[in-house]
Amino acid sequence: MIHHHIDLGSVLRGTVCALYSNLVTRPTGVAVRTEIERAIAEAGGRTVTVIDFSQVTLLDFSCADEIVAKLMLRSVEDAARAIEARAQEAREAGVPEGYFVFRGVCDRHLDAIEAVLERHGLAIVAQVDGRAQLVGEVAAEERAAWDRLCELGAADAEALGADAAPLLERLAARRLVMPVDGGWAAVGARLELPPEPGPARGRAA
Amino acid sequence: MSAVLTVPPWLDEPAFEQVVAQLAAVPPDARLLVDARHVRWASPYGLTALLALAQSREVRPAFAAPEADDTVSYWSRTGFFRHAEQLYDFGRPAPRARPAGESSVLLEITAIRQASDVHDVVGQIQERSQTILRDQLGLDSRATIRFSMALSEACQNVVEHAGRGGWVAVQTYTWKKRLGRRVVVIAVCDAGIGFRRSLESNHQRPRGDRWDDGMALEQAVLRNVSRFTDKGRGQGLAGIRSFVTKWEGKLSVRSGTARIALVPEWDDDPALAESLPPFPGAQVQITIPAAAPQATATPARGAAAASRLELL
Repeated sequence: MIHHHIDLGSVLRGTVCALYSNLVTRPTGVAVRTEIERAIAEAGGRTVTVIDFSQVTLLDFSCADEIVAKLMLRSVEDAARAIEARAQEAREAGVPEGYFVFRGVCDRHLDAIEAVLERHGLAIVAQVDGRAQLVGEVAAEERAAWDRLCELGAADAEALGADAAPLLERLAARRLVMPVDGGWAAVGARLELPPEPGPARGRAA
Repeated sequence: MSAVLTVPPWLDEPAFEQVVAQLAAVPPDARLLVDARHVRWASPYGLTALLALAQSREVRPAFAAPEADDTVSYWSRTGFFRHAEQLYDFGRPAPRARPAGESSVLLEITAIRQASDVHDVVGQIQERSQTILRDQLGLDSRATIRFSMALSEACQNVVEHAGRGGWVAVQTYTWKKRLGRRVVVIAVCDAGIGFRRSLESNHQRPRGDRWDDGMALEQAVLRNVSRFTDKGRGQGLAGIRSFVTKWEGKLSVRSGTARIALVPEWDDDPALAESLPPFPGAQVQITIPAAAPQATATPARGAAAASRLELL
């Protein structure tokens, strides 16, 4: 499994304009997402990519849709293809298995992120105030199972209850948990990340 | 011989309808003089709409600037003449801006043609909006963030849908009689293809028996419909709508022969006006009031006739 750390502020300045600190407009979102997808495609196989918002001053709806929603949509589509082809065969066939953790997310990003996730019926794993949590469209039982799995680190379905297996498979199809060593792990739960950098300042300081 | 359009002394969104009504009788290729000599004040909507008016003409129109020094000074500070001299014949040099102290102009009139213009606008507004929106309007930090997001999305509508450039301006002022509070106003105007033609460019999208500018506005503004079939499209106006609703603001969008509005308690505009005199493109105004003072009653509705925006 390959871990990436992608600082959105750096990608924005590197791909769009060195002076920008705001993720606004669709073309900007497309450029940033394309760069992220390129990095993931180069790695291939199973990847966990940390998308870091710490240096992003403002995120608008259009950019959130192009980056957060479209990355997750494609990942979930890959999951559906893998389920159809069964996981092992899918790995051998090179179907990508990409997971995401959105880091450095705070109030100034959440309105846009929550709106686009709701629009598409998606959810993400986000580190808010240093703690991993689910953001977006999540049923109460999904959230409870994910939180419990997060506490355990990794576990068999039985450890979460007799009826947990279909629930975990549903979360796996949504790319919120991943299969590990015959059990399951919450995406982001076992990542050891360095402390978050300070908030973006950009021109808005 | 030129047709003469007389600009009302107080040029805000409702008053611009008087200009459009006069314009309806003038063919697009006719010579035109826009007579603004007696104008005393104009809102960001009025100023950006005057630029869109010139943009809509096949023959470059003439412009008679306001006679009042303070009006000319203020219009200069908004950047109006800098843009207008590219669109209108002035007959003499356009007035130049003089240095001014504190200004209620939060964002000078800025041309919007491409995505990089939106980045520039958002970057500029952030420099001033935090302080002004928080200290003068009492809006919390979340509102100032949503304000910038709404501004970004409103400008992107020009880039993505108008088919030509437009203009944006942002200003604060006190709306004394109707609201009794300061407001911040975003105006974005263009003379592009408008909402109906934009939606019509998607031939797959089903349309009912009734299809006109009013229906197109309902679809786009209230139902998040876009000319793109991608499910993620249409979120910009939805985001603006939710921002305006949450902060008791007002959103109005005029396009073609119709105008749709999200009307807050403090206003009594109709939600939908149809069969208006035609004007090309789209004209958007977003009005966000200052946070209501504690224990102060909201002014009664129905004060519209007496209402006037009062510039500080």
